[in-house]
Amino acid sequence: MNETETRFLERKATQIRKRIVEAIASAGVGHIGGCLSVADVLTVLYYKHMRIDCGRPDMCGRDRLIMSKGHAGPAVYAVLADKGYFPIEALLTVNQPETRLPSHCDMVRTRGVDMTAGSLGQGLSCAVGMAKASKIKKDGARIYAIIGDGESQEGQIWEASMLAAHLKLDNLIAFLDYNKLQIDGPICDINGLEPVGDKWAAFGWNVLDVPDGNDTAQIDEAIARVKTCVGKPSMLILNTVKGKGVSFVECAGAGNHNMTFSQEQKRAALAELDKEMA
Amino acid sequence: MYENVEMRKVFCDELDRLMEKDARIAVLDADLAKANGTLRLRDKYPDRAFDVGIAEQNMASVAAGMAAYGMIPFIGSFAPFVTRRICDQLAISVSYACQSVKIVGSDPGITAEYNGGTHMSFEDIGVLRSIPNFVIFEPADAVELAKSLPQIVAHDGPIYLRLARKAAPVVYGGDYQFELLSADVLRPGKDVSVFASGIMVHEALEAEKLLRAENIDAEIINIHTVKPIDADAVVSSVKKTGVAVTCENHNVIGGLRSAVAEVLTERCPAYIAAVGIPDCFGVVGKMPYLKEKFGLTSRDIAAAVRNALDRKSKA
Repeated sequence: MNETETRFLERKATQIRKRIVEAIASAGVGHIGGCLSVADVLTVLYYKHMRIDCGRPDMCGRDRLIMSKGHAGPAVYAVLADKGYFPIEALLTVNQPETRLPSHCDMVRTRGVDMTAGSLGQGLSCAVGMAKASKIKKDGARIYAIIGDGESQEGQIWEASMLAAHLKLDNLIAFLDYNKLQIDGPICDINGLEPVGDKWAAFGWNVLDVPDGNDTAQIDEAIARVKTCVGKPSMLILNTVKGKGVSFVECAGAGNHNMTFSQEQKRAALAELDKEMA
Repeated sequence: MYENVEMRKVFCDELDRLMEKDARIAVLDADLAKANGTLRLRDKYPDRAFDVGIAEQNMASVAAGMAAYGMIPFIGSFAPFVTRRICDQLAISVSYACQSVKIVGSDPGITAEYNGGTHMSFEDIGVLRSIPNFVIFEPADAVELAKSLPQIVAHDGPIYLRLARKAAPVVYGGDYQFELLSADVLRPGKDVSVFASGIMVHEALEAEKLLRAENIDAEIINIHTVKPIDADAVVSSVKKTGVAVTCENHNVIGGLRSAVAEVLTERCPAYIAAVGIPDCFGVVGKMPYLKEKFGLTSRDIAAAVRNALDRKSKA
């Protein structure tokens, strides 16, 4: 990736963060931490790697993105709006009555959302089903799934993991948003995942650790590498920061999972992100 | 032609026929393909018929992903393990996401026999009936099963097929015109409305013979689809007879009796006598013993009819 492209993706990720902040501030409360931590991987996928067409959201053989940690809906919506799936202004309707943008991803309501998620652990299984269906149809699509670290405590994640490896679904690329925090505190204090990379490898996956999971260049390079893997699904462990990009959200730690967001906080957050853009 | 033919064989044969014509159909099992009769499909459709291992929650969501990709997956296991055990996956991955997954629960209720209480689902219909969009269907015999499958495939939405695996006494002739959402009046009558489903349809027909000898004219109706229930058929029968009996291989809470009661309280209040499992868990045993133990015989139905008629005469 050349410098221009790197700069474009970095700026785009910051712009997506601004849109997430605006959407959640308009609702007054939301899953800000987990949305900001996945802004970079979503940006790299939607602006660099995914074969999609916003004019044809149902296009056969298109790549898919399943946000298994479904509470990061506003992050997905920010990207989809920016890509043209629906107007940017719609982002300000998140969680409003009759909205098409509920806090958790909903394929029935939202144009461009590939799978409904929110009850944790299920989205990765759905991604496995899509990857299998793509193999049956031989349409050459890639299925991308983003799971949470807290979500990885769900047994179903590991059921899906076993089956994906058994079926040799090398068209499935998953990401662990490893921000190391969940609602009740640090993952390591609640029910630790370590050694998480070894676990995925032991389950038969091609595993790659991305030291800075909020660095678009590192994410891009990792995706490019695992795309060549044959016969195994791939897991990219993104070491991220929950709330990344907005210092007071980062500082809130586990408290940023689902936090209130005032207009004043919005202005402060946007000012900080604007500085990043400059 | 279906006398003494196992239901699972009919299920597999018909599915095979449909899979030949429709490349969207897939069959997922959770280590019970042998038991449920679908194993041989893997030879013919190695891509589309496969096992996910003993992981029913995963199976439901995998199927939802396949459905979201344009396929029509059937998922199968023993009834409790594709209902009670995976309730949330059926609610969210399947129904809330509007995915057309077909759930096949075998060995429902007392047909689980020697597998006993852990496997004897008396609550599966109750669990699924409260999830929006589900169609819940239970065939009375192999003819009905065979005729239902093309409509199950064609229906755009989730369906629970409650399927006894073994051979069932034949209820229908070959000229049977099956409609997934319409109940069938098997014997017209004027004294009492007997609503039955699954294995209890045959018992109800046997009860009708006993009652006829007593000059009781019972109307026997097969409610093969308990959700959405054919409310018009229920109301029109009870408006005529004034009293109802429900017969089900399921807890009397949450299943057919509840569904009939919900319709009648709103549109045609009437006394309902219930034949079914009296809110308890199952036990091991063979079918004749279990029918006696839980009061599911034709004699029990006849007794319930007499009780209902007694109530009607005192009303």
